[in-house]
Amino acid sequence: MTDALLELEDLSIAYDGLRGETRAVRGVSLALRAGEALGLVGESGCGKSTVALAIVRYLGRGGRIAGGRILFEGRDLAALDAAALRDLRGRRIAMVYQDPMASLNPVMTVGRQLMEVPMIHDGAGAAAARARALAMLGEVRLADPEAVMERYPHQLSGGQQQRIVIAMALIAEPALLILDEPTTGLDVTVEAAVLDLVRALRRRIRSAIVFISHNLGTVAGVCDRIGVMYRGELVEDGPVRRIFGDPRHPYTRGLLDCLPTLGRDKRQASLVPIPGQLEPPHVLPAGCGFAARCAHVEAARCTAGPIALALFAAGHRVACVRAAELPVYARRRTDGVATAAGVAAAPVVATEHLTKVYVPRRRLFGRRRAPVRALNDVGLAAARRQTLAIVGESGCGKSTLAKVLAGIEVATEGRVTLDGAEIGALGIDRRGRELKRKLQMVFQNPDSTLNPSHTVGYAIGRALRLLRGDRPADLDGAVARLLETVKLSPEMAARVPRQLSGGEKQRVAIARALAGDPDVVVADEPVSALDVSVQAAIINLLNELQAAHGTTLVFISHDLSVVRYLADHVAVMYLGSVLEHGRVEHVFTPPSHPYTEALLAAVPVPDPERAGARIVLEGTIPRAGEVERGCPLATRCPRRIGAVCDDTPPPVQRLAGDHRIACHIPAAELAALQV
Amino acid sequence: MSAPVTAEVLTVSPPATSRRQAPRWWRWLTAIRRSKPATVGAVIILAWILLAALAPLLAPYAPNAPDLAALAHTAPSRAHWLGTDHLGRDLVSRILWGARPVLLIAPLAVLGATILGSLLGLAAGYRRGWIDLVVTRACDIVLSFPVIILYMIILAHFGSSAWNIIAVLTLTKAPIIARIVRGLTLELREREYVAAAKMRGESALYIMLVEILPNARGPLIVDMCLRTGYNIIIIGVLGFLGIGLPPPDPDWGGMVKDTYGMMMVWPHMALVPCAAISSLVIGFNMLAVGLRELGLRD
Repeated sequence: MTDALLELEDLSIAYDGLRGETRAVRGVSLALRAGEALGLVGESGCGKSTVALAIVRYLGRGGRIAGGRILFEGRDLAALDAAALRDLRGRRIAMVYQDPMASLNPVMTVGRQLMEVPMIHDGAGAAAARARALAMLGEVRLADPEAVMERYPHQLSGGQQQRIVIAMALIAEPALLILDEPTTGLDVTVEAAVLDLVRALRRRIRSAIVFISHNLGTVAGVCDRIGVMYRGELVEDGPVRRIFGDPRHPYTRGLLDCLPTLGRDKRQASLVPIPGQLEPPHVLPAGCGFAARCAHVEAARCTAGPIALALFAAGHRVACVRAAELPVYARRRTDGVATAAGVAAAPVVATEHLTKVYVPRRRLFGRRRAPVRALNDVGLAAARRQTLAIVGESGCGKSTLAKVLAGIEVATEGRVTLDGAEIGALGIDRRGRELKRKLQMVFQNPDSTLNPSHTVGYAIGRALRLLRGDRPADLDGAVARLLETVKLSPEMAARVPRQLSGGEKQRVAIARALAGDPDVVVADEPVSALDVSVQAAIINLLNELQAAHGTTLVFISHDLSVVRYLADHVAVMYLGSVLEHGRVEHVFTPPSHPYTEALLAAVPVPDPERAGARIVLEGTIPRAGEVERGCPLATRCPRRIGAVCDDTPPPVQRLAGDHRIACHIPAAELAALQV
Repeated sequence: MSAPVTAEVLTVSPPATSRRQAPRWWRWLTAIRRSKPATVGAVIILAWILLAALAPLLAPYAPNAPDLAALAHTAPSRAHWLGTDHLGRDLVSRILWGARPVLLIAPLAVLGATILGSLLGLAAGYRRGWIDLVVTRACDIVLSFPVIILYMIILAHFGSSAWNIIAVLTLTKAPIIARIVRGLTLELREREYVAAAKMRGESALYIMLVEILPNARGPLIVDMCLRTGYNIIIIGVLGFLGIGLPPPDPDWGGMVKDTYGMMMVWPHMALVPCAAISSLVIGFNMLAVGLRELGLRD
């Protein structure tokens, strides 16, 4: 292509490390036309961010371009000196990183930071720069730009911060905008708003976009073309409709297969994770890098020699010798998981009128701050062998609920019962060994869930000794059996956490929680820090373990597709209150609470035809405790009906099954609105 | 069937090192060699340790024996490589013998301070509340006191001996360690593995010593190295003030005190022990800098 804005020619990037040279990117060739949007997708460690960093020449210490060229507007970026690069970055090429807080200077108002860009790059005067900053803030749909200009980054929410960073990137009208996982770590609602913004901006500005994500669902609605990377190589690239409609590389198919979608749940079909895992980057494959994990591998052809990216159809390139032989893509399905039928089973764990109030400690000379109601009159129940999912945006109280169940926090009012016995007032130190055995927890962060100083065997062995009373002599065998339960090799026992991948760490954490064969496992966002492909395997594991041991799972998540897939019952929380509760198929189909409806609309759909949020929740979550009367959602509700929402607490409407909706709008009316 | 599909997900990532892991001290040594300052520092320290250990074999003279013949000519000579002091005692021998108390007292005092400080810091950071208040205030009081005056009072009252010096150094350095450990504990106590330990019913003591303390070891080891260097300076200062180790046994600080008045005439008498102190302190500082660098890299 001659009219390319950005052209990567056989690009290779190497890092020099303690173990010698590592090829992070190998022979990537790509072209991007002006105004085009390219999605770059792959598991973590596949080299997609490295490509982005190479384009702006930010490879860091030890990283270098080992081969090939990066042509931007016809110029070879590798040959530019520091002054030319400085002129290019920010003016012609702009980049948005994952963590907006880290991209903003905390001691400058966002207005000044925005004005800097035109003042430095275009030599604009302060007044002109201010006018452009204000216009740009309007462009990224921030309400009241004048006021926002005067704020410091910490005074803005995560979503607002990311909009500021995008505004800062776009203010110089760059020819190329690189977005590196811009929505990872944001709430679904915020993610939807940011994606919506990128889509809208694409119609107004002429910047080309490189959108990097580990999730195919995120890029579906934003990009024209998708490039799939694996082990430093581009394995497939083509128009978005072809990639989703007729993916030809087995890895792309694998990435699509492991995505949970809103339409299916565990009773209908299990997720299909990609078997095996990404090999370490310093091991170079002989032939196809994916061969070891591929279901369609043919020994002689796939591993004989390097496999080049070949044109499969117009604009669609695939690096697979069997690309043309593969059957037409259909989502792989496996049989669903048997679950406990029936609703009326006695609850194993339940809460009644559970309330948790944090009273901030008064500081010396400080004002007395208002107490925070983190949980407000929460009533939930989960039966044996069932999964109760708690969903909501961050700050909705779902993690506080997990902590109260686990005894890390104690309830202020109300009851928590386990097998009928009251435990809400018992902090973990006051819970007996039998109670600790019965209720265990799996934590969110794979990097902090295991003690870096202890081996896997020690961590699990310690749990076995304390929860099950195993004798030291029996530990080795018991640890090995437990590791096998979570599908890890017994050799893992000798490893320390830094030798494990994120998924492996989470499996060890699950094994540790299962040591005493608990009745209830509380899992606080156990998969949200993992890649989609790893996430699918962990979810399947949780399902199987539940079926085998009859465990009750309380699953806390902000990801509605995972919840739809995994849960039997769902509770939707907002500002400490349960707005909707019921069987998963009831909650996820009309009539739903307006908040549930908005959350569902925000889920990115891995389908380019259906992308685009229909309802976007505007505004930010008020501070818990600010809402005194009325419905907690009143300030943001897309279906607000009037003053009654502000003044009167919503009535709880009881519908079919044990489906409950707390809303002023009658359920029948909601159902009619939501078809 | 869901079982066969998930069964193939059995993951065994290749171990980082397939061979049997080398003993810990060897891994430590090889790690130190990756950093230039750490290597230089370690070599200096090891050299001093060897010299001190072999002092009875290496020292050409008895450290306290005056050579009256040399008094006429105290400057370095073939008989006395570094010369003699004002009483005609051989400086090489006195420096070698003088390294022994320094290399015992400084590390022992650091060890004492680390043990005491870690326990206080762990208790304060983990338990919070009134324990925290008492410990941090007590530390502030000790740290706000002019230490030299404190040393003079304590050593003048209890008498100067190796054990008393170790004791005062332990007491005055423990608050600094306690602050570091408290800060690290405040952060580490919020880690999920600490919550997991509570959930399986570990005691508070176990959590502090087995779950938290090992993860504070990196900054702690760096600080121990630095602190050993500082202690060597303080031992020198105590000797210089005349409240160090009692004479006549050689003490580097004491050697400077006895001879600095003659600096203009015979500079070597004071400069040689000064150089000995400096080199050892620099050795510990470089090791600390190198270890910090290695810690940051991993």
